[in-house]
Amino acid sequence: MLDFAAAIVLLLLGGLLAVVFCARSVVCQTAGQFGAIAGSALGLVSAIRVLLTGKADGISGVWYMPGGGLHFQIDALSAFFLLPVFGLSILTALYGRSYLTDRRSGYALAGSWFHLNMLTAGMALVIAAHDGLLFLLAWEVMALSPFFLVAFDDRKASARKAAWIYLSATHLGTAFLLIFFVLLGELAGTSDFDGYAAALRANPALSSMVFMLALIGFGSKAGIVPAHVWLPEAHPAAPSHASALMSGAMIKVGIYGLVRALTFLGTPQPWWGWLLIALGASSGVLGVLFALAQHDLKRLLAYHSVENIGIILLGIGIGVLGLAEGIPLLAVIGFAAGLLHVLNHSIFKGLLFLAAGAVQHAAHSVELEELGGLLKRMPWTGAAFLIGATAIVGLPPFNGFVSEFLLFYSGFFAVVQPAVNLASAGLISLVVMGLISGLAAACFAKAFGIVFLGSPRSPQAGEAREVARPMCAAMAILALLCLVFGLAAPIVVSALDRVVAAATGLAIGGVRDQLATVTGPLTIAISIFAVLIVIAASAWAIRSRRMALAAVPTGPVWGCGYPHPTPKMQYTASSFAQPLTTQFHFFVRIREALVPPEGYFPATASYSSESSDPFLRRLFAPAFRWFDHLSRMEIIQRGLVNVYVLYLAATLIVLLIWGSI
Amino acid sequence: MAILSSLSSPICALIFAPLLLGIINRTKALVAGRRGPPLLQPYWDIAKYLRRGVVYGKVTTPLFRLGPIVNLASLAVALLIVPFGGLGAALNFSGDLIVLAGLLALGRFATVLAALDTGSSFEGMGASREVHFAALAEPAFFLALATLARVTGSFSLTPIYAGITVNAWIHALPTLVLVAMTLLILELVENTRIPVDDPATHLELTMIHEVMVLDHSGPELASIHYAAALKLWIFGSLFVGVIVPFRSSSFWLDGVAILLGMAVLAVAVGTIESTMARYRLVQVPQFIVGAATLSAVAFIIMLV
Repeated sequence: MLDFAAAIVLLLLGGLLAVVFCARSVVCQTAGQFGAIAGSALGLVSAIRVLLTGKADGISGVWYMPGGGLHFQIDALSAFFLLPVFGLSILTALYGRSYLTDRRSGYALAGSWFHLNMLTAGMALVIAAHDGLLFLLAWEVMALSPFFLVAFDDRKASARKAAWIYLSATHLGTAFLLIFFVLLGELAGTSDFDGYAAALRANPALSSMVFMLALIGFGSKAGIVPAHVWLPEAHPAAPSHASALMSGAMIKVGIYGLVRALTFLGTPQPWWGWLLIALGASSGVLGVLFALAQHDLKRLLAYHSVENIGIILLGIGIGVLGLAEGIPLLAVIGFAAGLLHVLNHSIFKGLLFLAAGAVQHAAHSVELEELGGLLKRMPWTGAAFLIGATAIVGLPPFNGFVSEFLLFYSGFFAVVQPAVNLASAGLISLVVMGLISGLAAACFAKAFGIVFLGSPRSPQAGEAREVARPMCAAMAILALLCLVFGLAAPIVVSALDRVVAAATGLAIGGVRDQLATVTGPLTIAISIFAVLIVIAASAWAIRSRRMALAAVPTGPVWGCGYPHPTPKMQYTASSFAQPLTTQFHFFVRIREALVPPEGYFPATASYSSESSDPFLRRLFAPAFRWFDHLSRMEIIQRGLVNVYVLYLAATLIVLLIWGSI
Repeated sequence: MAILSSLSSPICALIFAPLLLGIINRTKALVAGRRGPPLLQPYWDIAKYLRRGVVYGKVTTPLFRLGPIVNLASLAVALLIVPFGGLGAALNFSGDLIVLAGLLALGRFATVLAALDTGSSFEGMGASREVHFAALAEPAFFLALATLARVTGSFSLTPIYAGITVNAWIHALPTLVLVAMTLLILELVENTRIPVDDPATHLELTMIHEVMVLDHSGPELASIHYAAALKLWIFGSLFVGVIVPFRSSSFWLDGVAILLGMAVLAVAVGTIESTMARYRLVQVPQFIVGAATLSAVAFIIMLV
């Protein structure tokens, strides 16, 4: 536990020193970066130790906060969720320094390091907290730092607006968490996590209500539809390495909270599993559909986070259903799928956001229609994005395939169960996952194809050059992790035993046996992929050798009969996705503005399309307009001390009367 | 003998897959009243492309060369897990059908990216349609497999296909008929045959697959054609395995039965292509969703 404490201290110290030395940008950057890397490395060590030994690590002390205790504890579940937090923090710090070098004043620089380190420390403290009040305090630290990161470019109105949307969204969720912890504390008579489970066993009638509070509170942090609206606003505005950390790690803390809450709740009700599956299915499908309609690369990636949270929820939902129906294999594989996808998503989504940042850095745009041909100009970034894209689509031999394999496996296992409800749940998850994988493949074929292939669609894209070495290194490490976690799948899955046991409350021996039923098939699958890689590599080598002997002519490609095709005639991102967005127009509304060419000698014509989030437009905007009416209440807020004293006195009198009755 | 029987299905596929195309083309010619090309013409075509030189587009990257290789390699290793009627696959493990779907998707993703690598609007169009129809076909594929899993109580391809016996047909007749229809439609959709796409035409009249591979030449084109034949074979054997429930546990009898089934399938596809017109592009999604619905109904019948 000492290394964990040292990790937090180093993170905070690095952030503080960055602020102190904000006038000297080199010192400021070094302090911030060193604090983040050294602190996170220490934290990573503490987490890995707990995972390897299986011994929970705790520290408790006395403090003077009423209603709460100072109790941190890292068990296998916490340690597992600390991996993406600390791991991504190291890589984003490595990347961030080069990314920020050409940024403006030292003040903004110091702010970004300070808040980035605060965010990492806040997430680590949330995950390690073992006390309700402590959890909420750490949660607030974690929730506030991204506000400043999103508002990094605070001269842009869009960034300020995104930051406010983020802040309101996160606090709506926190409101439910407040009730959640107050209710649990009231039931248990203590704010310590250890008392919660017993308290709920004594009051089983309340468990469904507690579950709903946790689902809304933690779900809004995770970005479940319809509480996802802040993601597509916040991620494009924040610096890319901050987006990577937020999307790769912070939204997972919401999932952590949900899984932790489930451990308090004991044996779940079947309808909780159904609700999670329904929410997961809608987040997954809607997330990827909205992503298809985007032509801002970072917005597109943000919507894919919604999709992947949906996949995670599907896994957890099937696991909960398995627990509720008393089928341990289903519970174990479902939870393993969801939890492994948490880790996998943090790897490939971190990678994709870093690559998007590299594109922004080099081509000064993330607007898909202005990019193109970047693979030739930025081979490292391009290769990294390609690996990330293949992994997120769930294709072998990368890590995304492994967690999706587990999810499909649990779906098929449910389908062959005699019980009708399990079979239908399995079928729903299979169909939804099939649709999601197909649509995700379409979306990333578009994202990679339009940005990195073909020819540049704008002069800036044509002048793009590969980014600095540390940025490439961070992306290369993540790309390698995608491959390693894919090829080492059986080892990774069997290493999940303690984590799944902690999440499900099942005995560790049983969990190991259940996981062993999938590691066998995974081993054969990996050998098949190894054969595939060998075949493809040798075919490639033979072709390359034969081609080296003869000069290979190049020529123009077929341009539909136009003798002089220009880069503007290439297929665009919008036209690539148009058949799908039209097909699903019920969900995805695209506003088009068309100025058609007119007359015999048309001079100008233009077309633009834009898709806005229907939940923001239809649900939240009207709700907030309604809240505006409440501002009439400000007549009671006079700003005069004597009036407030009157309020105090009146309240006291009412309470006294209430008490005497 | 054990090795022979376990490797029989991939070896059959590698040898006979292009013959399916030959039979389809001959059937179409006969129905149209022509003599048509020789049955072995697809083999000669592939051999010819292998000898030819290549031309690459000016904007293309190495991905353009990698695409066909990855596509062919993933379809080739997929043959290891596809059972051939009653003859089991070379490898068989629970969840192998997920690996099959993953390998098919990988091959498609590689082909689509190679098409986008040309930067040609024409190939972008083909790639866009390919991913569109694939996204709809994927749920249909899983629905069909899930229904077969429910019928046979297993989710590994070899036991599933070993379980589709005459007895299973008697017990689950409506379900198996509906699933077989889904699989036949998927065979046509995934291999972009009529009524989804017309593989016989080139250039502007073709809409999906041939559009994407327009700029490939030489050995790459050969591998694309061979891979297309393998894919036709894979989906074909999934379909024929259902409609030929002949399981005698004799290697030779089962093998001959399923090979005959494949030949009949090729004739049937040729007949469909000769008697149907291609759908308009906007009708294709309805065709695929219809196929998915058939399997959904089949599953519901099995549920109760």
